[in-house]
Amino acid sequence: MNNSNSYNDTVVRQFAIMTVVWGIVGMLVGVLIAAQLIWPQLNFDTAWLTYGRIRPLHTNAVIFAFGGSALFATSYYVVQRTCHVRLAFDRLAAFTFWGWQAVILAAAITLPLGITQSKEYAELEWPIDLLIAVVWVSYAVVFFATIGRRKVKHIYVANWFYAAFIITVAVLHIFNNLALPVSMFKSYSIYTGVVDGMMQWWYGHNAVGFFLTAGFLGMMYYFVPKQAGRPIYSYRLSVVHFWSLIAVYMWAGPHHLHYTSLPDWAQSLGMAFSIILLAPSWGGMINGMMTLSGAWHKLRSDPILKFMIVSLSFYGMSTFEGPMMSIKTVNALSHYTDWTIGHVHAGALGWVAMMTIGAIYSLLPRLYNKESMYSIRLIDIHFWTSTIGVVLYAVSMWIAGVTQGLMWRAVNDDGTLTYSFVEALKFTYPYYQLRLLGGVLFLGGMLIMAYNVWKTVSRESVIPVPVNQSA
Amino acid sequence: MPAFWNWYVIILTVLFIFGCLWLITWSTQQSPDDVAEDETLGHKWDDNIQELNHPAPRWWLYLFYLTIVFAVGYLVAYPGLGNLKGTLGWTQEGQYEKEMQAATERYKSVYDAFSGKDVVALSQDPAAIDVGKSLFANYCSTCHGADARGAKGFPNLTDDDWLYGASPDAIVATITNGRNGVMPALGAALGGEQGLDNMVAYVRSLSGHEGDPASLAAAKPLFDSICAACHGVDGKGNQMLGSANLTDDTWLHGGSPETVRETVLKGRMSEMPPHAELLGEQKILIVAGYIYSLSHAEKTAN
Repeated sequence: MNNSNSYNDTVVRQFAIMTVVWGIVGMLVGVLIAAQLIWPQLNFDTAWLTYGRIRPLHTNAVIFAFGGSALFATSYYVVQRTCHVRLAFDRLAAFTFWGWQAVILAAAITLPLGITQSKEYAELEWPIDLLIAVVWVSYAVVFFATIGRRKVKHIYVANWFYAAFIITVAVLHIFNNLALPVSMFKSYSIYTGVVDGMMQWWYGHNAVGFFLTAGFLGMMYYFVPKQAGRPIYSYRLSVVHFWSLIAVYMWAGPHHLHYTSLPDWAQSLGMAFSIILLAPSWGGMINGMMTLSGAWHKLRSDPILKFMIVSLSFYGMSTFEGPMMSIKTVNALSHYTDWTIGHVHAGALGWVAMMTIGAIYSLLPRLYNKESMYSIRLIDIHFWTSTIGVVLYAVSMWIAGVTQGLMWRAVNDDGTLTYSFVEALKFTYPYYQLRLLGGVLFLGGMLIMAYNVWKTVSRESVIPVPVNQSA
Repeated sequence: MPAFWNWYVIILTVLFIFGCLWLITWSTQQSPDDVAEDETLGHKWDDNIQELNHPAPRWWLYLFYLTIVFAVGYLVAYPGLGNLKGTLGWTQEGQYEKEMQAATERYKSVYDAFSGKDVVALSQDPAAIDVGKSLFANYCSTCHGADARGAKGFPNLTDDDWLYGASPDAIVATITNGRNGVMPALGAALGGEQGLDNMVAYVRSLSGHEGDPASLAAAKPLFDSICAACHGVDGKGNQMLGSANLTDDTWLHGGSPETVRETVLKGRMSEMPPHAELLGEQKILIVAGYIYSLSHAEKTAN
């Protein structure tokens, strides 16, 4: 078979497998830092195992290594399947895989060494940032060239979201990381003071909005209808919520800087648009759930669909929680507490990871020419393990966070604070333990997945899939 | 902000909000005539991916409108549209000032009740001790510990060892204006490793730790010419300077040979920040009374 008559699934397979690998690594580091909050000795008096250094390793690993690999894998798969054409530029696509792995490896080395820009989710120093930029532009070239070569007239909605994610992440990454290098491993941001803070959270919130939301909505829009065997519920809804989501997310960053030196007007704008963001976010949840709604009976036999429906539920929950937390009055209580950590993980574990897991389970058998995964039963066990894990995580951090907020602001009859910081910390310990248990369960689920993937893949018989000829 | 940026912010904000409204309206009007709501639009990808022609759910559109109405109302009432101040005239500095003023008024009577009392009197007043303890927990415990027993580099306030003096006036002066304790690095002045080891043994011997007589004898002249300037020939320190008493076996930074060695070699910088602005006169007296009571428990009880 002529090369251009088959889909390029090599790069998809590579990214799909690394999704599972990096998921386990990233979550393992997460479990370690969660344990360090209970038993600080677990840094073993080793500088590169200290919380401050491996916490960014955890966030980078789960967002960019795990989430990133999942987005590469699924976007390369989806864009081929919905454009009815082979992925453009085989070698450039291969470069994006090896380049992205090199970025991850560089992060895994430099972050524990303490080499950092000190910008959350943008810790990596300038040489790595340059590599990211090159890989990302290559990614865009491959993706958009494939769109350009498509054999079907209409561009499917999943591709709109992937496209928005790819373009915006390039812009965010480049502008937030503009810096003056002073040596190989040290640079200074070109922005100063509060402008730097605003740039950082413009980046930071849109990393959530485009990397962890738009990209994964793209994933959702292909894998949910595919797995459910149902058409997308509403084309018009997808149009409205797509354009409003990408337009409004851009404004929401300042809600990370309430009651700081950021000017009042910028804080207010950030809050106002964060409230407007509720409906555009829920548009994706509604379209996903209503697409599933004709296939409820399948939930009994298909744990992959269970992953997807729970993922959409967590998406709806955390995109409601987010606008609420952006309200100044609520934020005054929630900011700097573990509530924020709970919110992030409801999104990252509940939405992002559950959707990814569902998509990978759906994808792998097709990539390796199998009827289904090695064991459906193990997928079901994985589903329950991770669902219980994420619920424990979110609930423990809600209780911890809200109580911390209340304890920090409680005052005595003489106007002094009722509790010292340590007292609030002491209160939090049991909830840190509960959170650790949640994290361990989620990680355990990933290990079950790894076994299942191994058994599915190890007796592989890869046959190139011919390109769909209908136009 | 300058006029250009003012209009830039206003126009973009209004444009985006109207953009959302236009999108919602567009979606309610767009429906191909020949396709029923529960039919697909005729596009087909990857064999079976299709899209139905359902409108967006009504309740969702209303929710969208509702959030926009809220946002517009918020931007009218609060600053947000460029230089416009908002009808409520709210600023975060204003909110802070207002809350601080309200708190000052609300709690004024608590502190006024103790006015006119001196530190010793306050240290014997259980009501003042209670308030002092809360103030201490808020402002002092971060360094000195919740039990006031200090930590490495932060003095224990419950013992009889005072760097700057135990008198009520000295305590009040310490809290009000803060203190800067400087022990210079003297490693170079002691004549190498052997000289340093000798001095460590000598300093520790002042507090009764045994040392090699030859070392002590060798260090004595150096102590008298260098260290005695601050710590005194007898090593008992000087509260005017805040130099430590080396004879009572109480060590601010630790009394092990290694730690004393580090102190002599590299010096120490200690800072107690001033609290005059943070606490004001009356609260300083009350917290001083509490601190005074910690080391004068028996005396105050009598």
